[in-house]
Amino acid sequence: MISRNEIIQTIEMIDQQHLDIRTITMGISLLDCADTDMRSCCGKIYDKITRLAADLVKTGEDIEAEFGIPIVNKRISVTPISLVAAGCAGGDYADIARTLDKAAAETGVNFIGGFSALVHKDFTNSDRRLIDAIPEALASTNLVCSSVNVATTRSGINMDAVRLMGEKVKKAAELTADSGGMACAKLVVFANAVEDNPFMAGAFHGVGEAECVINVGVSGPGVVHHALKACRGEPFDVVAETIKKTAFKVTRMGELVAREASKRLNVPFGVVDLSLAPTPAVGDSVADILEEMGLESVGTHGTTAALALLNDAVKKGGVMASSSVGGLSGAFIPVSEDAGMIAGAERGSLVLDKLEAMTCVCSVGLDMIAVPGDTPAETIAAIIADEAAIGVVNNKTTAVRIISAPRKKVGERVDFGGLLGSAPVMPVHKFSSAEFIGRGGRIPAPLHSLRN
Amino acid sequence: MKAIVTVIGKDRVGIIADVCAILAANGVNVLDISQTVMQDYFTMIMMVDTSQCRVRFNELSDMLAAEGEKTALTIRIQRSDIFEAMHRI
Repeated sequence: MISRNEIIQTIEMIDQQHLDIRTITMGISLLDCADTDMRSCCGKIYDKITRLAADLVKTGEDIEAEFGIPIVNKRISVTPISLVAAGCAGGDYADIARTLDKAAAETGVNFIGGFSALVHKDFTNSDRRLIDAIPEALASTNLVCSSVNVATTRSGINMDAVRLMGEKVKKAAELTADSGGMACAKLVVFANAVEDNPFMAGAFHGVGEAECVINVGVSGPGVVHHALKACRGEPFDVVAETIKKTAFKVTRMGELVAREASKRLNVPFGVVDLSLAPTPAVGDSVADILEEMGLESVGTHGTTAALALLNDAVKKGGVMASSSVGGLSGAFIPVSEDAGMIAGAERGSLVLDKLEAMTCVCSVGLDMIAVPGDTPAETIAAIIADEAAIGVVNNKTTAVRIISAPRKKVGERVDFGGLLGSAPVMPVHKFSSAEFIGRGGRIPAPLHSLRN
Repeated sequence: MKAIVTVIGKDRVGIIADVCAILAANGVNVLDISQTVMQDYFTMIMMVDTSQCRVRFNELSDMLAAEGEKTALTIRIQRSDIFEAMHRI
């Protein structure tokens, strides 16, 4: 029998250290919804999503109740819409976003991702139409998330797409100025996007995936932080071991929930994404873990090394605990969703340049960062280009989810509420990148892309 | 199906009796039970068999939680798989 201590330890993890399953995400292929008529395409999309995901939320809630583990989000990811809608002769792509929104609301999920385009080398006509529709699509829906992949290690960086995305981020912010630029919180610009990521806002269902699949994202920064408190002053070998053991336990739970959900929904199990995803709640912070390692305030010298250790140890511990690990897997560093990161930014220890360095070693990239509302589109595009370069050269996924906070200045805050939290407006460099971004074209793939 | 019932909170007379009454009334068999009291803090862990349970698992869970709330106790029932998955390979 399981010992008393083990039972109490699990309950404390859930109760006091915010251990949860962050998301059960159902990936649904919409490739068979293609149609020359947009209304007919929307009809097929709505029917397919509401049919396949009809029991998703209820199943999540049942598992939650039986295992006593919170499952914070139930979500849907779909095939990138630029592929699904490519055959539609006319019509506005924002109508498809509104259809996704309606289908998501009907099934009761928190978010639906996949209003996406993959343009890492160049655009199709459909990609351009989709990207043009992004601001309107996000401003006129509540649950739809959008992502655009602008670079890969294999193909380099599509700088025309980078420029375009800088403009779309600005436009999305303008259209949702009354809610602090909320549309930007649902828009991710990727390099090396993955096809099986269950986390929003960047989830989409890749074309290499099954018809329908269940991916699960686990979390637990609070659990890791708690475990590290017990090894204060110990050398880093002990720190790494402790994180690995904790990540193992957390992932085992994710694997159990993923298999159970897959069985009950009769949908194949895809991957467990073993990410440390913080929430704004106190005690559920990645920054706290870094500070626990001995940094006075997150962002100070040593932060990148601490994060590198954390990210690596989480993967090493988790990978042995699940039969199939995928998605983004590692440590997320969203600023607005992490009480410790917010505090660091407000104290001035965490600045954009340091965050950029941290994205070289974390699981994704610049996430949920607010910049002043008067930041030029070219500057935002240049931030995206820098981040894409880090991803492309280092063979990793990077992303930018940046909020050009309407009418806000450095030092103010934008509040989104819920899991999206609140973002302190951070300064950007005042020197122009406009000429650089104006060049367009493609930054070639690095030499190490030629691996055959 | 095996499940673990945990009761945590301030000690008082009759906690075990109250919890067992709810379990018995719903056809849940107690397989193992252990408890400790540390500094007035009561922790009880029961392994139970819910295969003959007459209500849905969620309902039983709500019933136990509601009973706990009356006297400031936290009463949970969870399928034992979660503990085994986490602590046993």
